[in-house]
Amino acid sequence: MKRENCVSMEFWSCSANEGFARSAAACFAAQLDPTLEEINDIKTAVSEAVTNAIVHAYPDTIGKISMRLSLLEGRCLEIVVKDRGVGIADVAQAREPLFTTGSEERSGMGFTIMESFMDTLKVRSAPGKGTVVTMRRKIARRASR
Amino acid sequence: MPIRCTEEGRTLTAEVSGELDHHAARAVMEELDRQIDLTLPRTLVLDLNGLAFTDSSGIAVLLRAQRRMGQIRGTMRVVHTPDQAGKVFQAAGLERMIRFE
Repeated sequence: MKRENCVSMEFWSCSANEGFARSAAACFAAQLDPTLEEINDIKTAVSEAVTNAIVHAYPDTIGKISMRLSLLEGRCLEIVVKDRGVGIADVAQAREPLFTTGSEERSGMGFTIMESFMDTLKVRSAPGKGTVVTMRRKIARRASR
Repeated sequence: MPIRCTEEGRTLTAEVSGELDHHAARAVMEELDRQIDLTLPRTLVLDLNGLAFTDSSGIAVLLRAQRRMGQIRGTMRVVHTPDQAGKVFQAAGLERMIRFE
């Protein structure tokens, strides 16, 4: 799919950046004139992806997370969240609802929420190398304008 | 602290406001635990009226509060759930485990 616009950013895996990342994604998505519900879905999915990287990719250190926001042709928003952390040994297992290796603060629902709030979710990971989460969501044109 | 607790009779009402993500969740959980231990309520009412945003961290907070109330043989209900939070909780099937009003 042809890329029509793109923003890339890199930030440290500090939990304070969760709010920054989802707000940045919401600001970028605004050019598609989404509904409030669509904006909230995008913010929620980004929050999950970035929190996963902060909590799981770099459990004992501060590492770098990159996020690339793209507008693809056909009003499709693509969000890529990438880390160079510990990676996921079994991606299929990690995507199962309620599965978590985290503490009691984690519910194990992160991937389930990303899946249900976005149109597509792709997870590529290699232990010791890191994880790339790619999510896409098409934003419908609003007729009543 | 995005949580404010008031006690009336044996009911503890906790108003959670702002953005409840992983960054904020630990402080909210700790304050809820502390208030429950302090007041030993029969009922915990979680008022989410001022909650601007949550993600799966909110699910963990609700499940933990419910478990704590179960340990002291109390009950919990969640009121004034905003649409965004409701959609997150629904995706997790939380309405099967927690009383929403």
